[in-house]
Amino acid sequence: MKLTDIAKVVRSKNAGPYELTFDIIFNDAHTFEKFISSEIITKKSFANLYTIKEEDILGIIPFAPANALKITIVRPISSGQIGERDVYGAQQHKPLMEMQFEF
Amino acid sequence: MKEMRILSPTAILGYGFPESSFEAGMAQKPHIIAVDAGSTDPGPYYLGSGNCFVDRAGTKRDLTFMLKAAIKENIPLIIGTAGGSGARDHLQRDVEIIKEIAKENNLSFKIAVIPSDINKNTVLEALKKGNIAPLYPAPMPTEEEILNSTNIVAQMGAEPILAALNQNINIIITGRAYDPVVFSALAIKDGFDTGLALHLGKILECAAIAATPGSGSDCMLGILREDHFELKALNEERKCTTTSVAAHTLYEKSDPAKLHGPGGILDLTETTFEQNTEETVIVRGTKFIKGEYYIKLEAARKLGMRTVSFAATADHIMIKEIPTILQSIREKIKANFTDLKKEDYFIDFKIYGTSGVSLFGLQSAEPPTVGQNFSDYKFTSANNSDVSINKFNLAEPPAVGGGEAAIIIDVVANTKELSKALCSFARSTMLHFGYAGRISTAGNLAFPFSPSDFDGGEVYEFSVYALLKADPLEHFPLEVLEL
Repeated sequence: MKLTDIAKVVRSKNAGPYELTFDIIFNDAHTFEKFISSEIITKKSFANLYTIKEEDILGIIPFAPANALKITIVRPISSGQIGERDVYGAQQHKPLMEMQFEF
Repeated sequence: MKEMRILSPTAILGYGFPESSFEAGMAQKPHIIAVDAGSTDPGPYYLGSGNCFVDRAGTKRDLTFMLKAAIKENIPLIIGTAGGSGARDHLQRDVEIIKEIAKENNLSFKIAVIPSDINKNTVLEALKKGNIAPLYPAPMPTEEEILNSTNIVAQMGAEPILAALNQNINIIITGRAYDPVVFSALAIKDGFDTGLALHLGKILECAAIAATPGSGSDCMLGILREDHFELKALNEERKCTTTSVAAHTLYEKSDPAKLHGPGGILDLTETTFEQNTEETVIVRGTKFIKGEYYIKLEAARKLGMRTVSFAATADHIMIKEIPTILQSIREKIKANFTDLKKEDYFIDFKIYGTSGVSLFGLQSAEPPTVGQNFSDYKFTSANNSDVSINKFNLAEPPAVGGGEAAIIIDVVANTKELSKALCSFARSTMLHFGYAGRISTAGNLAFPFSPSDFDGGEVYEFSVYALLKADPLEHFPLEVLEL
C-alpha cells in the first residue's frame, strides 16, 4: 500500500526558514484513525525514510479536524542557503509518497 | 447580532484577484479591507537586498482597487509586511506606489506608516542583556551575524496598528507584521475575542487558499461574531468546506494546534469546524493564551555573488560518470587557480533527472561566514564524503526524463568576477572532459542558451531568526502622512 491509495494530500512545505513540514490528509476519518493507530509513521520510520536523525524530527502530530497527520522536521539547511535545492520546500514529499506499508 | 466583516482580497498584495470577486466582497459591506504583502518563503535574498519579490505593477493594480474602495466607503485599509519583507526599502516602495495612486486618482487621505526596522545596536544590547531567545532549530544569532546583517526587522503585533486606528487613521501600512494582525486589529479594538480574531486573520492572510478549489489570487470574506467566525469565498467557483478550512490550518505551520505569535499562543486544541451552508464554514473554540511579550526578529546578510550555467546531457555513459567528473572538476579548479583560497568560493552542481530536487541525504557542515570558509561548507552525505561524488547511485540511467540529465553549475564567490571565472572554467572543463568510456568525443553538454552563463546576482542567507523581549509598541514608531 502507498499513501496515494488512502490520502488525498501528501505535501511538504517550509514552516519558516528553518523547518520543513509534511502534511498527509487522509480520504476519510476512518482511514485517518486506522493509520494513526497502526503507528506506521514513527520517529524511527520517518528518520529512516528521509535518512535524517530521529532528534531532527520536531513533531508527529495528528490533527483530527482535517483527518491529517503532520510531521515537522529540522530543515537540512536554512531556506535559500548556498547549496539550496528547493527554496519553498514544496517538492520534498517524494519519499513519503512512495513509502510502502502494510495497511 | 454584532458582527464584523473583514475582506481579504488576495493572499499576497500584488498576486491579483478577479474584479468580480472584489465587487462581490464590497457588496457585503465589509467593515475593513486588509491584505498581507509578505512572506519569508521566497528566501533570504529579498529581505537582505531590500528588493521586493512581488512586481510593482501587480502591487499597484491591487492597491488601486483597495484604496479607492476603502476611501469611498470610509473604512480602514490595512496593509501588512509591505514590499514582501517589510524592511524600510520595501515599505518605502509601497508607500511610493500609494502616493502615485493618490495623485493619479485625486484621492486625499491620511496614512499611517509603521516601520519595523530594528537597529543593530538594539539587538546587540538585547543579546548582552539576555533579552534574545533562540527559535530552535534556528541558531542563536551571534554578534557577528547581527553586525553583518543588512536589514533587521521585527514582526509587530496588533498594538502598533491599534495605536493608528485609535488616532482615527483609516489607511495603515506597516513594515514586518505578524500575518494575522492586519485582519484582526480592528476587531480586537472593537472588543471581539482575540483568539477568534487572530485565528480568522491566520486564515484570511492566505485569502482564497483556504477555499476549494484554492487560489492565492482570489478574495475571501471573514465574518467575526461573538463566539465564532464564518468564512465565505467570494467567487462562485469556490466554496469553503470543513476540510478545506481545516486543511489550511495545517499549511506552513509546525504544529496546527499551537501557533506562537507576539504576546501569546493561539490554541486550537478545542477548535471545531462546522459546515454552515454548502459554501460557508463556521469555526469556534480557538483561544488566545497570553504569555510574555516577544517579537520575532528576521534578518539576512550577504554571502557573495553568484554565477550559474545551465546545460544538459542525454548520454547514459556520461550520466553514469558524473560523480567522477565533478570530483575531477573540483580538483582542476584547485590546480588551475592556485592563488585561490578555499574560503573564496563555493561550487555546487545540481543534477536534475537524478538528484536535483531532494534536500535529503545531504547534510550541511557549519554554515559559512561571510567571505570565509565557502568550501568548508560543503554538502556531505551520510558517510561524510563529498556529496557530488557519493550521492548518486547511477547504476541504471534514470527513468524519469527519458535518460536525460540537466546540470546547473552554481558558483558563489566573494566577487562577481571570481564567480564568473570559476563558473566559466567549470563549464568548459565539463564540456570537454574525457571521462572513462566516452564515445561522444565532440562535447559532453547540450547548452540551451547562448550565452551559457548567467549572472545570479547577490547571494544572501538568513542571519537572525530569534525572539526579542519587548514592549508591544517600543520598536514600531508611527509616522502620519497627509496625502
